[in-house]
Amino acid sequence: MAFAAFATTTSEAEQVPRRKSPVALLLLLPGILYLMLFFLTPLVSLLLTSFQAPSEFGDVGQYSYAFRWENYVQVVTDYLPHILRSFGFALIATVLALVFSYPLAYFIGVTARRWPLAQSLMLVLVIAPFFISFLLRTLAWKQILSDESFIITSLKAVALMAPDAHFTGTPAAVIFGLTYNFIPFMTLPLYTTLERLDLRYLEAGSDLYAHPVEVFRRVTIPLSMPGIVAGTLLTFIPAAGDYVNASRDFLGGPDSQMIGNVIEANFLVLQNYPAAAALSIILMTVILIIVSIYVKRAGTEELL
Amino acid sequence: MTTGAFAAQGADLELVGIQKRFPGFTAIEHLDLKIPAGSFFALLGPSGCGKTTTLRLVAGLEEPTAGRILIGGKDITGQKPYQRPVNTVFQSYALFPHMTVLENVAFGLRRRRIDEPVAKAHEALRLVELDHLAARKPQQLSGGQQQRVALARAIVNRPALLLLDEPLGALDLKLRRQMQLELKTIQEEVGLTFLHVTHDQEEAMTMADTVAVMNKGRIEQMGAPEELYELPKTAFVANFLGQSNLFTGPVIGSTSDAIAVAVAGQRIVVPAARAHRHAGEVTIGIRPEKLSLHLSAPADDPARNSMGPGRVIDVSFSGVSTQYLINVPRVGTLIVFAQNMAFGPVAGEGGEVWVSWDIKHGFGLEDEPGDLPKFDADTTTRSIAAQRRASLITELEEV
Repeated sequence: MAFAAFATTTSEAEQVPRRKSPVALLLLLPGILYLMLFFLTPLVSLLLTSFQAPSEFGDVGQYSYAFRWENYVQVVTDYLPHILRSFGFALIATVLALVFSYPLAYFIGVTARRWPLAQSLMLVLVIAPFFISFLLRTLAWKQILSDESFIITSLKAVALMAPDAHFTGTPAAVIFGLTYNFIPFMTLPLYTTLERLDLRYLEAGSDLYAHPVEVFRRVTIPLSMPGIVAGTLLTFIPAAGDYVNASRDFLGGPDSQMIGNVIEANFLVLQNYPAAAALSIILMTVILIIVSIYVKRAGTEELL
Repeated sequence: MTTGAFAAQGADLELVGIQKRFPGFTAIEHLDLKIPAGSFFALLGPSGCGKTTTLRLVAGLEEPTAGRILIGGKDITGQKPYQRPVNTVFQSYALFPHMTVLENVAFGLRRRRIDEPVAKAHEALRLVELDHLAARKPQQLSGGQQQRVALARAIVNRPALLLLDEPLGALDLKLRRQMQLELKTIQEEVGLTFLHVTHDQEEAMTMADTVAVMNKGRIEQMGAPEELYELPKTAFVANFLGQSNLFTGPVIGSTSDAIAVAVAGQRIVVPAARAHRHAGEVTIGIRPEKLSLHLSAPADDPARNSMGPGRVIDVSFSGVSTQYLINVPRVGTLIVFAQNMAFGPVAGEGGEVWVSWDIKHGFGLEDEPGDLPKFDADTTTRSIAAQRRASLITELEEV
């Protein structure tokens, strides 16, 4: 699956003898042009916007180019709780998605190996939610978990929830939504690694006096690290910037706003473009730092 | 298993009435086997004969359908693989790719919480002369080195019983010879019981004290390599272990120490002690290297059987010896290995020859001649290539 490529590092490419060929460069040209146009240009524009200052005699929403680095200090002081909350929510959702997806992927990729048909059927079921827009699915969850819904009224009836408590609008609902929406992104890369897992290593582990739990911890988990790394990245990165689940129109509330919602509000409602741009840059930088540390520490190069 | 101590020495292995059925086929019909402590035992057979299944049953990776497995007199049939005092050197080596060579070797020691796992792992690596590569990852080693690491990883645990699943299969001929000797030396040094599974008859014969030839889920014959070679009990053994010339005919006379068999009108004498059947239709055989080639009819000698005349249909020179294929009318094709005492072959293709052999060298088989599979060991390059290919395909399918 395409997701497996996500975790590939450069170790394999290093072994290939380097040859400079004009044809290769020519073939790379469209890709380079595409990236210049659609990745680099907006990035530079965003960076410039983040340093803009309000126009002296302009209306609200009119800014001119400057080097106002105070924008960054300003947004960090204003929105630090949102930034922290975003990464906290993303982290919890990633861990939860991993906990739910690993057994699922193991079942599809290892246990179901004897039945290839069932295997593909289950994979289709994992992907099936993608056939419906995730906005609609998240809205559906809002309905299902609303105060008048069957689930919540039943929980209140058996006194598992306080009569005046809500579920939608709470941090728990946002984390629930994030976890739900990103489970397929976690399951698919896990499946691709587990599907190739050589069971003879597990046999060798048990032959060498390792209890099944030990085999899982010392052999299965390390060997499925490429999938775990790819899955967690595919979940954590978009979840940290997500603004749908936490939106007040969906599962979020005033106490559960994430950085994505703040950026959206600053761009579209408050028209404070420099603040929104600065927040975006901060989000991107922090994610890059976290991801590079994580990938370095996971050390999956030799398994690929 | 947290015993924290090594097995003092090898233990004996006993298989009692083992049967293993998989959905759709029976891998092992009925197996009774006793391997004494400290011996090097080889289980020899073609692919699909049930030898690897036997090994996996002993390791605990499969459960027998019926029967019991005892190690050192203790019933371990119900034990899980990690509870058994057994280690395996896998055909694929199965070295953990995410660990260094040293960590691979120390893995079993750590799981059993044995003191000083690192020091002991280094010691085991020194035994296989790979200590200088301890910090490498398995995939940075050559096939032969990986094999030795797999061996070190198994013997470092001092198991009561060491299982070897065709561990030399992936090595080239020279390395194989070298590893065979090393394995044998290590076995004698550490005094463990080795159970070696292989389809290579030469490997089994050079390394093992006792060889059991397995076919279709049963042991056909078991014994010391010389015994198996010189006195095969069945046509399968006679042809799987080296090559044989087999003849079928009725017994026409028997005394207390010899039987005479009529083969295509010629009287062939076999010692009674070396024949399993003494009446009726019997199959007798002679090894190709025991035959002498004559360019004229040999003089009558009561101590020798002779056959001929026949025509040489093929001569292949292999340095040490020459292999002749001789077609004898109404008998079939005989194989003769002749030492190259002269320069070059003594008989050319198409030449008329006779063969003779000492009657003491003949043997009589136990098989019913009726159901005797009439096959000669096929050792042409083409068939070896075909077999290699078939085994490779099955191996790939397993992966």
